[in-house]
Amino acid sequence: MTRAWKVFWALVIGIPILALAAWGLHDNVRLFVITFLNGLTLASLYFIVASGFTLVFGLMRNVNLAHGSLYLLGGYLGYFTAQFTGSWLLALAAGFAAAALVGLAMQVSIFRFMPGQDLRQTMVTIGLSIVIADLLMWAIGAQVHQMSPPPWLDGPIRNLPVIRAYSTYRFSLLPIGIVIGVALWLFLNRTRVGMMIRAGVDDRAMLAAAGVNVNLVFATTFAIGAGLAGFGGVIGAVELSMVPGEDTRLLLASLIVVIVGGMGSVVGAAIGAAIFGLAETYGLAYAPTYSVVFTFVILVLVLAFRPRGILGRPA
Amino acid sequence: MSAANWRRAINVQNPRPLPTSSQASARVAREAGVGRFSFENPVRARHVLVLAFLLAYPWFASPFFTYQIGAQALALGLIALSLTFLGGYGGMISLAQMTVAGIAGYMVAIFGTAATDGVTLGWPWWLAVLLGIVIATGAATFIGWLSVRTEGIYTIMITLAVGVAFYYLVLQNYTVFNGFQGEQKVFPPTLAGMYWRDATPFYYLALFWALAGYLFVVYLVRTPFGIALQGIRDNPRRMHALGFNVTAHRVAAYAVAGAIAAVGGVLFTWYNGLVTPGSVGTHWLINIFVIAVLGGMRHPVGAFLGAIVFVLLQNFAIDVIDRERFNLVIGAVFLAIVLFSRDGLLGWWTALSARLSTQRGATTWKAARGRLYAR
Repeated sequence: MTRAWKVFWALVIGIPILALAAWGLHDNVRLFVITFLNGLTLASLYFIVASGFTLVFGLMRNVNLAHGSLYLLGGYLGYFTAQFTGSWLLALAAGFAAAALVGLAMQVSIFRFMPGQDLRQTMVTIGLSIVIADLLMWAIGAQVHQMSPPPWLDGPIRNLPVIRAYSTYRFSLLPIGIVIGVALWLFLNRTRVGMMIRAGVDDRAMLAAAGVNVNLVFATTFAIGAGLAGFGGVIGAVELSMVPGEDTRLLLASLIVVIVGGMGSVVGAAIGAAIFGLAETYGLAYAPTYSVVFTFVILVLVLAFRPRGILGRPA
Repeated sequence: MSAANWRRAINVQNPRPLPTSSQASARVAREAGVGRFSFENPVRARHVLVLAFLLAYPWFASPFFTYQIGAQALALGLIALSLTFLGGYGGMISLAQMTVAGIAGYMVAIFGTAATDGVTLGWPWWLAVLLGIVIATGAATFIGWLSVRTEGIYTIMITLAVGVAFYYLVLQNYTVFNGFQGEQKVFPPTLAGMYWRDATPFYYLALFWALAGYLFVVYLVRTPFGIALQGIRDNPRRMHALGFNVTAHRVAAYAVAGAIAAVGGVLFTWYNGLVTPGSVGTHWLINIFVIAVLGGMRHPVGAFLGAIVFVLLQNFAIDVIDRERFNLVIGAVFLAIVLFSRDGLLGWWTALSARLSTQRGATTWKAARGRLYAR
């Protein structure tokens, strides 16, 4: 695509969005700004979950369709940990650890024995997601569980300009997402293990030939990716709620985020999450019946112009 | 494409000759495992036996077995057949086949008659069915156009995203799709003195369309289009270099599969008597995939085998363990099949015949192995 075309499409897509934003600001500033913040905080949650998804996919070409189940598992375990200990931080750790352990078990006991068979691995994750979802429903039941935020994040932030007040917990998602994103980026780009993971993304066989224990690298990556889903689950347990079906919702969110952002790229996941979170929230605020259509239009537009996603590279 | 993949792609040996004449095409088809069930005379004793059994089935089975087991398995098998065709012969796994079937069901309800006033137009049933199938095929073509830009697991992700997006659309939209309630009381018409929702007539209706779909797919994969499609499945770059329009073939495959799924969708909607967001939810998207994988994707008959097993499990697994735990059973069976068989029940069948007749069976098994999963 030439530069002129890029400018053309940027204008075609950008001008209506800017016009709508201007209208929204003029019509009701408070609603617009609150929706913006809601969108960004939701995007932050989506990013945390989807970054684990994209990490696993980037290294192992394994579309882990049980990612949503790991999210729900982490959320439930976090919920019960918080009930027993009363500590939100412990709940976060428990959610992360539980999902990471299950992910590790999946990698060590199943996926290690079917290297390079992406489709079969994907099928196995589908089977696992069915089984885990049903086991969770069996053990915990179908009623809605909602976790309360920790006392030091409870209540609103007051005296804000324009919007007056905003939920502290909701707002705190933003820094959490940013911290996780930056940490993940530093881990992948500045540490030795991160270097191995990136090398594995490019050429798995060569990495093994260089004397690296590839299975260990894979297991670590899978554990971190799965753990991020569980971590997101605990955060989402307060922000959204936990009920059977949420696993599918977060799986869909992760899918769309990484398709839009580009699979295997953490920065891409951040961009995708921002676009998807904002689109969904604005859709719900301004056109509730058709909010999902916005998401779909974004998906179609991105696929039409960049089939590999915004930051995706050819596989 | 990474360096390793390039090397692999370049070094791949393809011993199969090009389809130059019809004879060569038949050979390619046979080696690809297409014609294994039929040689010079395609009709064998087992075909006659199965057909006779299927035709006689309602005469000795109870209405429950005719309707709940027989007709449901045939309707579901037809929807799964579209996925078997796409996945087994086109190499594209689409999870949106139930979405296409659901679109057909919704259109039949919207254009025809349903219990909800204001949403249905009340047009004659044949017009509604025709419109439903045409619109669903159009939607399938669009989904295909969208997802053929990607390959392999990307296709799964995108079709899943499309399917779930449609689910949320019908769930949230009340003006056209009647939201959570969906369309109730969508029944087949009374025709030629028969109410077609009665067990036996409906069974024969489903059987007719299932057989038609089955024979159509068996025929289609032997036509030049079908052979080219399998060539594209095995090596798209080579087929592109040979001058085949890869994208057009793939989109056409989606359209054909969409038409099959649409017919199955109309039947399934009539079978249930309703179409709701639940019938196009993730659960059912994945169920269709489970059915196709359970049976095996290398031959159209796999879809119906998988559907029979699925429906039997659905109806009788609940007797063995808790009523609510059907998903656990089906998930475990699916996991076992995926983990221990290369190609579902058909894979076990192939392995079994390989054991029994070492000579030909061994080579077929070797040829069959890894066809679907290796790439």
